[in-house]
Amino acid sequence: MSAAGQTGGRKAQTLERAFAGRSLWVDARARLFRNKAAVTGMAVLAAVTLLAILAPLISRYAYDAIDYDLVSCAPGWWPFEATCKAGGAHWFGTDAVGRDLFVRVLYGARVSLAVGFVATLVSLVIGVLYGATAGYLGGRVDAVMMRAVDILYSLPFIFFVIILMVMFDRNFFLMFVAIGAVVWLTMARIVRGQTLSAKQKEYIEAARAAGVSPFGIITRHIIPNVAGPVVVYVTLTVPDVILIESFLSFLGLGIQEPLTSWGVLIADGANTIEAAPWLLVFPALFMGVTLFCFNFIGDGLRDALDPKDY
Amino acid sequence: MIGYAFKRFLGAVPTLFIIVTAAFFMMRAAPGGPFDAARKLPPEIEHNMKAAYDLDKPLLVQYGLYMGRLAQGDLGPSFKSKDFTVAQLIGIGLPVSVRLGLAAIVLAAAFGVSLGVWAALRQNQWQDYSVMSFAMFGITIPTFVTAPILTLIFGVYGINMFGRELTLPVGGWNGGAVRNMILPVIVLALPQIAILARLTRGSMIEVLRSNYIRTARAKGLSAQAVVVRHALRAALLPLVSYLGPAVAGILTGSLVVEQIFGIPGIGRYFIQAALDRDYTLVMGVVICYAALIILLNFIADILYGLLDPRVRVS
Repeated sequence: MSAAGQTGGRKAQTLERAFAGRSLWVDARARLFRNKAAVTGMAVLAAVTLLAILAPLISRYAYDAIDYDLVSCAPGWWPFEATCKAGGAHWFGTDAVGRDLFVRVLYGARVSLAVGFVATLVSLVIGVLYGATAGYLGGRVDAVMMRAVDILYSLPFIFFVIILMVMFDRNFFLMFVAIGAVVWLTMARIVRGQTLSAKQKEYIEAARAAGVSPFGIITRHIIPNVAGPVVVYVTLTVPDVILIESFLSFLGLGIQEPLTSWGVLIADGANTIEAAPWLLVFPALFMGVTLFCFNFIGDGLRDALDPKDY
Repeated sequence: MIGYAFKRFLGAVPTLFIIVTAAFFMMRAAPGGPFDAARKLPPEIEHNMKAAYDLDKPLLVQYGLYMGRLAQGDLGPSFKSKDFTVAQLIGIGLPVSVRLGLAAIVLAAAFGVSLGVWAALRQNQWQDYSVMSFAMFGITIPTFVTAPILTLIFGVYGINMFGRELTLPVGGWNGGAVRNMILPVIVLALPQIAILARLTRGSMIEVLRSNYIRTARAKGLSAQAVVVRHALRAALLPLVSYLGPAVAGILTGSLVVEQIFGIPGIGRYFIQAALDRDYTLVMGVVICYAALIILLNFIADILYGLLDPRVRVS
C-alpha cells in the first residue's frame, strides 16, 4: 500500500472514530452507574417517588380520615413504651387527632417533592435564560445584568420569602414562585460563567476553523459543556428547595391542614416528641433519606461529568 | 486599601435602601393591617388609631415619613407592643441573638477547621471518610430535625456520662446561662461545622500539593511546622470569604432555633411581628438583619484584602 493511501486510510479511520466516538454523556452515564452511592440514591429516590404517587392505592386510610379511638397511637411493632398501640395497617402509628401517619408521610412526600421539582424548574428556566443572555451578549449588558444579581444576592432573601408567605396567606402557588425566585440567582451565575468561558475556548475556535456550522458548534460543543454543571446544580437545588419549603412549613407558613408536607409533619412531631416520638421519627427519616439521595446523585453526577477531577 | 473600603461602604448604602424600600411596600401590599383584631373596633376608634400612627395618609407619604425618621435613626413605635418602641424591643432581643450566633460561629470555626484539617492530612483514610460522612450528614439534616432529636436525647431522656446525670434544659433562656445555651448553640453550629469542614479539607488538600510545601518539607521542617506555619495559613484564606454566607445561614437557623428552644431573640419577634402585621417591628428586624449581613460581608472583603496581598492589586 502506498504512503498516501495509508494516511488516507488512517484519516478515514479517525473520522470514523470521531463519528462513532463515545460522547461525554455516554461516558458520564457509565461513570455514574459505577458510583454505588449515586445508584443507591437513584433507586431509593425512585422508590420514594413511586410510593408518593401511589399513596392513595397503597394505604387503606385517607390522609384526612380521623379515627377518634386511635389518638397518638404508636405502630403495633413499636418496641418502646407507648400509651396505646394501633393495630391494622397503621404502619407508622397515628397522629394527635387520630390520622394514619403512614399515608400522611406519603402525602407529605407528594407536596415536598412537587415543590422541589417545580420550583427547581422555575429557577432553571429563569436562571438559564438570564445567565445565557448575559454570558452570550457580554460587555456592558452583562455587567449590568450581573450587578443586579449581585445586589439581589446580598439581600437576606429568606426574610422576604417569609414576609411574602405571611402576607399573602400561605398561597401554595406563591410558594413555588417565592422559592424559585430565591434559587435562580446561583443558577444564573453558573450558566453565565459557563457560557462566557465556553464561548472563548480553543475547541470552539477549532470547530469553527474546521467548518462546523454555528448550529453544530452550539449543539455539539457549547451545550454539552454548559449543561454538565447545570445538571449537577439542578440535582443539588431540589433538596435545597425541599428544605426551604419544610422550613417555611415548620414555621407554620407553608401548606395548610389537612394537606401536609414533611415540614408540617416534623413540626407536629417536634411538639409531641416526649409523648409520641414516632411522629417525628418517620417524617424526619423520609425527608433525611430523600435529601441524602439527592446529594449522592448530585455528587455522583459531578464526578461523572467532570473528568478533570480524576 | 482605605479607598477600597470606603467605596465598598458607599456601595452598601443603596443595597440597604433597596431592602428597606422593598420590605416597606411588600408589607403594605399585603391584605390586613395591624389593628384587625378578632373583635371589630368601632370605626371612630379605628380611625383615630390609624391617624395616630399616620396609617390614614397615602402610602407614598407614609413611606416618606418613615424614611425621614429612619434617616434620624428612629425606627418608630411598635404597633402591637404598645409600651415599647421598635428600638427598645430590638435592644432587648438583639444581644440575645448575637450571643447565640457568636457562640455558634466560634464553635463552628473551631470544630469545622480542625475536622477539615484532620481529614485533609488523612486523605482517603478512614478518618477522612468519617469526617466527610459527618459533614454530609450535617449539611443534609436541617436544624428543625436536629433540634428536637438532640432535645429528646439530652433534654428528655438525659444521658449518663462520666458517671454523672447529664440532663440539659430543653428550653428557655434563663438570662443566657451556659446550660441553656449548649443545645441551641450546637444545633445552630452543626451545619456550619459541616460546611467549614468540607471547605477546609478542600483548600487544605490543594495547598498541601503546592510547591512551597514541598520546599518546606525538603528543607527538613517538622510535619507540624509545615502544617501549622505554612499550609494552614494559606488554606484558611478562602474560608474568610465564607464568613458572610455563614452569618446568613446562622441567622436563618436562629429563626428555627429561637422558636424551638423558646429563646427571646429577634428571630422570634420577626415571625410574630409578620403574623401580627406589626409593620414597624418587621421593618426594624429586617433592617437589623440586612445591616448585619452587609457588615459581615464587608468585613470579610476587607479582611481578605488585608490577609492576601494578591487580592489588593485588582
